[in-house]
Amino acid sequence: MTVETIERIKPEKVDYVSTTNACKACSPLGASVVFRGIEGAVPFLHGSQGCATYMRRYLISHYREPVDIASSALGEKHAIYGGGPNLKLGLINVMKKYGAEVIGVATTCLTETIGDDVPMILHEFRKEFGDLDLPTLVWVATPSYQGSHMEGFHAAVRAVCEQLPDPAVERHKGVNLLPGFVSPEDLRHLRDIFDDYGLAVTMLPDYSDTLDGPALEDYEKIPSGGTPVEAVRAMSGARATVELGAVLAGAEKTGGTALQENHGVNLHRLPMPIGLRNSDAFFAALDAISGRETPTRHVKERGRLLDAMVDGHKYISGKRAVVYGEEDLVAGLVAMLTEIGIQPVLVASGGNSGRLPAAIEEATDGILREPPKVMPGVDFYEIRNEAERLAPDLVIGNSKGYRMARDWSVPLVRVGFPVHDRFGAQRTMHLGYKGTLALFDRLVNAVIEKKQADSPLGWGYI
Amino acid sequence: MTQPIFEDRKNQIHVKGGAEPFDMACNRDSLAGAVSQRACVFCGSRVVLYPIADALHLVHGPIGCAAYTWDIRGAVSSGPELHRLSFSTDLRENDVVFGGEQKLYRALCELIDRHEPKAAFVYSTCIVGIIGDDMEAVCRRVEKEKGVPVIPVQSEGFKGNKREGYDAACKAMIRLAGTAPIDDISPLSINLLGDFNLAGEIWVIRDYFERMGVQTVANVTGDGRVGDIRRSHGAALNVVQCSGATLPFARMMEEEYGIPYIRVSYFGIEDMSEALYDVARFFAEKDPGIMERTKKVVSEEIRAIMPRIKELRKDLEGKKAAIYVGGAFKAFSLVKTFRHLGMQTAIVGSQTGTREDYAELEAITDPGTIIVDDSNPLELQAFIKEKDVDIFVGGVKERPIAYKLGVGFCDHNHERKECLEGFVGMVNFAEEVHRTVMSPVWRFVPRRTAGKKASLESNNIDSACSLGAPEECMKEGAI
Repeated sequence: MTVETIERIKPEKVDYVSTTNACKACSPLGASVVFRGIEGAVPFLHGSQGCATYMRRYLISHYREPVDIASSALGEKHAIYGGGPNLKLGLINVMKKYGAEVIGVATTCLTETIGDDVPMILHEFRKEFGDLDLPTLVWVATPSYQGSHMEGFHAAVRAVCEQLPDPAVERHKGVNLLPGFVSPEDLRHLRDIFDDYGLAVTMLPDYSDTLDGPALEDYEKIPSGGTPVEAVRAMSGARATVELGAVLAGAEKTGGTALQENHGVNLHRLPMPIGLRNSDAFFAALDAISGRETPTRHVKERGRLLDAMVDGHKYISGKRAVVYGEEDLVAGLVAMLTEIGIQPVLVASGGNSGRLPAAIEEATDGILREPPKVMPGVDFYEIRNEAERLAPDLVIGNSKGYRMARDWSVPLVRVGFPVHDRFGAQRTMHLGYKGTLALFDRLVNAVIEKKQADSPLGWGYI
Repeated sequence: MTQPIFEDRKNQIHVKGGAEPFDMACNRDSLAGAVSQRACVFCGSRVVLYPIADALHLVHGPIGCAAYTWDIRGAVSSGPELHRLSFSTDLRENDVVFGGEQKLYRALCELIDRHEPKAAFVYSTCIVGIIGDDMEAVCRRVEKEKGVPVIPVQSEGFKGNKREGYDAACKAMIRLAGTAPIDDISPLSINLLGDFNLAGEIWVIRDYFERMGVQTVANVTGDGRVGDIRRSHGAALNVVQCSGATLPFARMMEEEYGIPYIRVSYFGIEDMSEALYDVARFFAEKDPGIMERTKKVVSEEIRAIMPRIKELRKDLEGKKAAIYVGGAFKAFSLVKTFRHLGMQTAIVGSQTGTREDYAELEAITDPGTIIVDDSNPLELQAFIKEKDVDIFVGGVKERPIAYKLGVGFCDHNHERKECLEGFVGMVNFAEEVHRTVMSPVWRFVPRRTAGKKASLESNNIDSACSLGAPEECMKEGAI
């Protein structure tokens, strides 16, 4: 990318000081989701009680599953004298009562600011209670005043990849997959794809069961599923790591780079496989890693996707869309919209890694006549101000843009996180040929529904 | 006898009529690692003040605190909707190092210019308490410059539990009272405290009072307005709902302005009627006709709903309920309401009950009822199984616990979209309970079907009690 193009797409951002209706959540939330995707793990927030409770509520309302996040429940005296004793007490309680095999400790703004040294406290804890059968402890620094929930998510993935894989593991044929923050249904689909290639995959995190579990006979204190710790330990011996996210791919330090640097695991950094080209790149990587051709099933899926894109193009071609959400998700969505003839007019994110404009440029390059406006690090006040001017036909993003879409009377196609006002967010597909097709159907139907509803006549055929 | 899951919490769980004498511990810090259902001080103050619809509510802190409380309540406004936006200073690392006062000042000025609110509340969060920003000074400065009340709310998350947040909110609000003229207020006037106008409930209640000839001066805080709260000291009586949220405000009003208060609940037929009669009794001397008018309101309303209640009750008779809510006062009403529906409360608890509250619960529940303070998912799931309830009443965090156990659920928290207060609310509640409990889905959940199979095998139950009709089986106590 040239300097000129960077200049061209640079947002004219008014320097607001306040935030109105944030397009992001805070970092410990992302870390909690990661820890929830490890087998036998309980996420643990080192901070005051409210943090854990708020994040639980936020996640429960999206996933509709029990989300138990423990807290060291710090009070005033701990804030002054340090939270170590409560952290230890909390760990013991979680160990004994939940039977946790893993406890993932994430810090909060409070404990980061009072300067609690979590690795040291954990070290002391291991020494003090060495006679007990201790769970695997992993920790991550997630001060809420740095980054968004995505930085927390990636930091936790990286922390796990740094702290748990065993250097002594022998090389094996397994593949590591760091899928990013996607839906449980996406995770299941990714697993199926690897299975179809005959590749043993270790997906980190894997909350496909823990955040979308079946109805069972009894309440599971810790829901079954998640990446087994043994598999995480063996990630160091894998033949390759696949890390998804076009924006993440520009980050210097990630879970994937940790495995590469510390254990020499070959790293494939790819955009989220949303849309044809991104999915092609993903399957091409799997072809290369496995040394096999794309399984027929997926070749057929690709064919179906293309067929649908042709069948449906007329309904959506030229429509203008506003897209917002996590940086990697929107980069994937924009790649797809570009392919199907929807003009993304505004691409926004609460995330502010600095790498979103380049990722969007790459996703639209050569197809879109006019690049979309890209606004990283914004809130819904700014998105709304900008988008109103652009007169979109469609809004694509999480639930939080609902009021905006409602006021403009345009359809909101709900993707990503959080979806608090619709049912089935866990089962929304975004990834691969199949996920792209599912999204495509929803987009086309949203446009048709709107046209049908607005029509004075109504009709029975399209 | 219920075994405690956390030994440290033993005296926060009581079984009515059990071997232990009633001596409930409460209002303690939540136990580390116990996954309390409680939030924090900030949460307490935020939920109380948030429905004041023409005020600016600025959260001074990192983004999460504001993000997780954005439009979280179904608190409806009849006019402005400033409360439904989520404002934050979104503190970053730099602010933490160098202090957030400048950012707060600039954010406040920017937002006040943009929205022209009638007042601004600035909520302190954990981190602000640690870095020591002088919110009071910043607020004073902006208040002077912008000419609107700018009030700091000292709600650092770690400074106790939700209850301290209620205090912080009330301390902030009392600064508004007494600052506007009150000459035109009727001698028969009240403030409505502790109702948050979820699903428009306060409009239902205000209508009853209007029909009784009572003027409402201020709604504190559902559909609340800054101007009304400034005049709230002109009311003759404070009518306080809910167990604790606005009680400190009522007490401060009593101390400062000599306004007496009564505590009421608008849930269920008995408590709703009692609330209206209590107010009528208070004004009976001033207006001898008020009792008659109140009787008329109550009898009209009850007559309108009873046929439907009786109909629903037929199916609900003998079912069991669990209640876990934020405030204990609501729990009292729910226990009575379930009784009206022919149902029994087997578990009842709250996040913020006081000793008196739990003593009251102990008094009104049946023997064997589990009473619990500041509970958590592990306890709640164990209680639900032990008591084998048919419905759980709680908030969003409790919902998946009930559902995973194949138990019905009713949202009685601040997200609810259904009016559950007043006489009309009683019908809505009964309808929802009925719809939930009678859903055929429970026939198919694994816990029910598995339990059924096992019992059929071991007990050789009457063939009439087949797998297809588990409700009938339970009613007869066959299983």
